[in-house]
Amino acid sequence: MTSSDPTNFDEMHTPDGGVREAYEGYDGWLGEQDGRWMRSKASEAESFFRKTGITFNVYGDEDAEERLIPFDMVPRIITGNEWRRLSKGIEQRVRALNAFMHDLYHRQEIIRSGRLPERLFRNNAAWLPEMVGFTPPGGVYTHIVGIDLVRTGPDEFMVLEDNARTPSGVSYMLENRETMMAMFPELFSKVKVRPVSDYPRRLAKSLAACAPEGAGPNPTIAVMTPGIFNSAYFEHAFLADQMGAQLVEGSDLQIIDGKVQMRTTVGFKPIDVIYRRIDDEYLDPLTFSPDSMLGVPGIMDVYRAGNITIANAPGTGVADDKAIYSFMPEIVEFYTGEKPLLPNVETYRCADPDSLKYVLDNLAELVVKEVHGSGGYGMLIGPTSSHREIAKFRAKLEADPENYIAQPTLSLSTCPIFTRAGLAPRHVDLRPFVLSSPNGIDITPGGLTRVALKKGSLVVNSSQGGGTKDSWVLDD
Amino acid sequence: MLGRVAHSIFWMYRYLERAENTARLLAAGQRMTLTRGSDMAVEEWRSVLTTLGLRAAYEDNYDDYQSAHVCDFVLRSKDNPESVLSMLERARTNARISRSAITTEVWEAINEGWMSICDQLARPVRETNLNQVLGAIRRESTLARGATHGSMLRGEAYHFARLGTFLERADNVARILDVKYYLLLPSLSYVGTALDTTQWDNVLRSLSAERAFQWLNSGRMDSRSIADFLIFDDSFPRSLAYSYTALREALAELAQLHGEEGSACEEMRLADLRLTGKSVEDIFDQGLHQFLLEFINSNQSLAKAITEDYRFVA
Repeated sequence: MTSSDPTNFDEMHTPDGGVREAYEGYDGWLGEQDGRWMRSKASEAESFFRKTGITFNVYGDEDAEERLIPFDMVPRIITGNEWRRLSKGIEQRVRALNAFMHDLYHRQEIIRSGRLPERLFRNNAAWLPEMVGFTPPGGVYTHIVGIDLVRTGPDEFMVLEDNARTPSGVSYMLENRETMMAMFPELFSKVKVRPVSDYPRRLAKSLAACAPEGAGPNPTIAVMTPGIFNSAYFEHAFLADQMGAQLVEGSDLQIIDGKVQMRTTVGFKPIDVIYRRIDDEYLDPLTFSPDSMLGVPGIMDVYRAGNITIANAPGTGVADDKAIYSFMPEIVEFYTGEKPLLPNVETYRCADPDSLKYVLDNLAELVVKEVHGSGGYGMLIGPTSSHREIAKFRAKLEADPENYIAQPTLSLSTCPIFTRAGLAPRHVDLRPFVLSSPNGIDITPGGLTRVALKKGSLVVNSSQGGGTKDSWVLDD
Repeated sequence: MLGRVAHSIFWMYRYLERAENTARLLAAGQRMTLTRGSDMAVEEWRSVLTTLGLRAAYEDNYDDYQSAHVCDFVLRSKDNPESVLSMLERARTNARISRSAITTEVWEAINEGWMSICDQLARPVRETNLNQVLGAIRRESTLARGATHGSMLRGEAYHFARLGTFLERADNVARILDVKYYLLLPSLSYVGTALDTTQWDNVLRSLSAERAFQWLNSGRMDSRSIADFLIFDDSFPRSLAYSYTALREALAELAQLHGEEGSACEEMRLADLRLTGKSVEDIFDQGLHQFLLEFINSNQSLAKAITEDYRFVA
């Protein structure tokens, strides 16, 4: 049917046009479908999402319509075996991240041992002195983590980014599956896929297990949102709804009798666990940004007194830093005593003079990122940039090398998307969602697949023209 | 549930109800302009705008009373912050805020309704399409109410939904009656004239009451029976008495859930005194206009008490 570009690993098709094991069931089903019917389905998906309201707002444009992240209806499929290997690596990495956080805010053994330069977190705004010496309830820092994975070959998965702050996108993982099941019910009777729909229950259970000691057997959980104008509001409401938790804003909360309490119709009621979807700096105007209207004055005092769980713990954003990322292989080994099961993408730290020289000499071949950047902004993709863009970036890089890391341009794997002309390969990544509690690490099989919809594009971010796919882990 | 969320639910249903009643009022007005001469049409549109509290705002923007101008202003004008479009938008915003307290059915009914009405009101409504659009607005409200009735747990959220619906309805009906109250006064000079029955018929239509009234009165029509029906008949879901019954029930349910009565229950008892044991003659003696003014005022006190009792705002 479609053969793939031989320079990339295509997850569905082999270079000679055959179909890989993971996609055999899907391909068999697809072959039996009428082309015109499939095309009509593509537009059905959009109305499905609009109806659900799974839209995001674009900041700074009041009249702009709410946007939909484009959905592609070809699933991204991983075999059970591939997933088992992946999930071992993810679990190891998240375990290490949590231990790393604890260490950074306590004895800092990793720095004493000389494996991590101190400046990396001293200069990092995400590192919070308020957290030093404090252990969050259950010892858990990274309650919810999203690990961004990319693939370059049959067995070559690697980590591109760790999202330990507040990973988003899980509502797409869930709604993409619901949409696929509504559109193609018979497909799911043919191909057995591991379910994802219990994620909210698993999240509620995992958060409850991290409640403070005094919380009792049924802790009260609340999801905290900045409000309906936040671009991820849909996800906040969605998760609260599915967990049976309250969706609170800062203005609903007050500190009363040393507890965080929410204003209900019958008076103030205490909360035990806050799954906050606001950034650290807005959490507590008394401790952090004093002009924040979103937070709760005094919540950090309650936190430090051990009377509330905040998920994720304040200060975990350190781990999202791309310079820290470059040390993750050392970090994993330091805390687990094992070799990392999932490799990093090779990374040059521009802070290091030799690396900087190499990067400057090879800008046209490299991807250069800001260490604190996210969302695909502030980066240079050498191979697709003009001479002028490269020259401009070179000046920024030379002025502040510590602020950058560089990576080789990977030949990312592709997965087909549905186009009017048939299937066409596009680059994808995968963000599995990982829950941590004292009971262990829980990974929902699958995650969010983001896909660069433009031909040849490597940028999968929704803010820059990326779409999403349903991600399947086969039940085999 | 959170006070803020209860607040949103309350207003979401108020706006839905208000949008629906506004559509009904426009439909009745439009009918009137089609069946009567142009002087009557102007009179009718003026009274519609007065009922909606939009007359001054309208006159700032237009110096005529063409149906197309009135309808455009009421339905979708950007110069009118109380347009039906912005009511539905506020209903939807409140639904988003209370998304985790309402069911998916209710949310989808409101969201889809909003999307469809936005489409239909994207451009000025042509007269040939007016009835279709007004019908669509009423239908979207009906769908949301049906989804509420059919899918919501009979808990706090449901009771706040009913409080919002019936408080708004009682208010809207009283305002419609008040603008037309002079038609309902027992005055010998008008009785039985063609003008009179059309006007009465129009009052009934603006409340979707024309069929129900005919069923119960086997074709007779007089101002006393109409006033009696719209105020006291508690089998008619848009009468003042029916709205009060619904409000009383919802407040009682909340009091039972919470284990205590708030000041709203006391306000409700006071408000009830205006209707209980009264006849339409008592009201005419007191003065219909006076009665309706007091009714509207006591609705406002009730809304205020509910807002305070249930901690809608910090």
